[in-house]
Amino acid sequence: MNNLITSLYIFMLAAFVGFEVIRRVSPLLHTPLMSLTNALDAIAVVGAIILAGEHKSTAATVLGTIAIVASTSNLVGGFIITDRMLRMFKSSRPKKP
Amino acid sequence: MSAPELTEHAIEIVYLISTALFILSLKWMSAPATARRGVWAGEAGMLLAICATLFNWGIVDFKWIAIALVLGSIIGVPLGRVGMTAVPQRTALSHAFGALCVTLVGTAEFYLRAPHVPTFMMAVLSMEVILGSLTFTGSLMAAGKLQEVLPQRPITYKGQNLVNLSLLAIAILAAIILVIDPGQMRLFPIMIAVPLVFGVLMIVPIGGADMPTVISLLNSYAGLSAAAMGFVLDSKLLIVAGALDGSSGFILSVIMSKAMNRSFSNVLFGAFGQVQAAQAGAHEARTVRSATAEEAAQILAAANTVVVVPGYGMAVAQAQHKVREFYDALTRRGVDVKFAIHPVAGRMPGHMNVLLAEADIPYDRLLDMDAVNPEFPQTDVALVVGANDVTNPAARHDAASPIYGMPILDVDKAKTVMVIKRGMSPGFAGIENELYYLDKTLMLFGDAKAFVGDIVRELTGAQHA
Repeated sequence: MNNLITSLYIFMLAAFVGFEVIRRVSPLLHTPLMSLTNALDAIAVVGAIILAGEHKSTAATVLGTIAIVASTSNLVGGFIITDRMLRMFKSSRPKKP
Repeated sequence: MSAPELTEHAIEIVYLISTALFILSLKWMSAPATARRGVWAGEAGMLLAICATLFNWGIVDFKWIAIALVLGSIIGVPLGRVGMTAVPQRTALSHAFGALCVTLVGTAEFYLRAPHVPTFMMAVLSMEVILGSLTFTGSLMAAGKLQEVLPQRPITYKGQNLVNLSLLAIAILAAIILVIDPGQMRLFPIMIAVPLVFGVLMIVPIGGADMPTVISLLNSYAGLSAAAMGFVLDSKLLIVAGALDGSSGFILSVIMSKAMNRSFSNVLFGAFGQVQAAQAGAHEARTVRSATAEEAAQILAAANTVVVVPGYGMAVAQAQHKVREFYDALTRRGVDVKFAIHPVAGRMPGHMNVLLAEADIPYDRLLDMDAVNPEFPQTDVALVVGANDVTNPAARHDAASPIYGMPILDVDKAKTVMVIKRGMSPGFAGIENELYYLDKTLMLFGDAKAFVGDIVRELTGAQHA
């Protein structure tokens, strides 16, 4: 029960941090923001890795393996496309030395 | 402390560092100057977390993990290399993948633990698989509509909302029974299958114009389902990442629905496209003024300030690079050129900025609605390329209009308005745009790419003469 309360606190605090941080993101970058949060969301891969590696049952290993494939493709694709998009954003003002 | 305990603590410390890096990653995302650092922080956090996880003592077999990581990377690389116009459907697809991962892990966790699942864990596990499976099929449908392999028109039928809400109610009922008695294992497949169907039916009545809101909403669901998975696995890292993604999606959905003057429920249960069909054609024939590329170029060359208003039609016509030449030609003549970006210009939040950045237009020339609207009264020429409803002054004063109250770009306040358009057909929502009938408006009929090209030729040709 204590663990649960701790987790709920963490969830609440993280949601507030998320609100405050993301509210400040310029509308200019909303598309890269979404692809970045998508890539970060692929951290679910850690749960899938343990599931596939523990080998508690064949079915669990199969489900875990498919889950790793799905989240890894998000992770790799998400970071690549976010970086590609951000490289395109250039300023017309000369860069500060 | 024993070795496994020590490793476990070390892993938790690494997860803590990863969590901090994720938050920094989003913080640095706030401005273009630091955004790439944000990606690096995210990558570092991810790499640390995955490497640490591999040291988990519970893992006995690495073969399938390795195969899956390689396979996932092979699928991920091409998904990271799609064209910029395809980013919305790629994003929808990645929501689907994320939700699939969460649903599969949730399913395995249930069958590994059942029938001895603690009450609270069963509750979050139900939330995880319900949100996960409806996001999976919903996102696949959204991706299909965006890729145009599925019809983009909203499909509606009588009693649609009743059917959808009943399905959701069945899934929630199954979840409640399972929470009370996890031994009712036969109900678990129902709790997955019904939301899968619901996900499909939820997107069926949604039209292309509402996609920015829907994608953001699905993003939020994907995040929340991942956070629920964090509760089930007692992983603080996952809870934080899910909460960040969930709040990001939520904020974007709020921004998008405000920009379209709609509520969430209206987007999900409204089927926008149907309402206006009756409205179109109710107007008497009115006259418009049209102009040639030569005439347009003369007016533009005499202007001091020009604001370009791009819409998704510009991207469809692949006119971004011609628009860039247009920007260059006018800038060389000393004209101040800016771009006015409506929040829903494009198929997902911020999409238009990416399309223009790809065409090498500097980002400090791209202004969002709140920044650009006060500038229109001092603007000599506003050039509308492929945008329609977001420029319709009826949204400000005509209470009978379906888009009344929607925040728009005040294009009509510019001294001269030019609209590049194929013909006089009404836009996405099927609403007449009264902007076209103003005395100061010149209609430039033709294909966006070709017409902008013609104007550029006139502008640069005149300079050489």
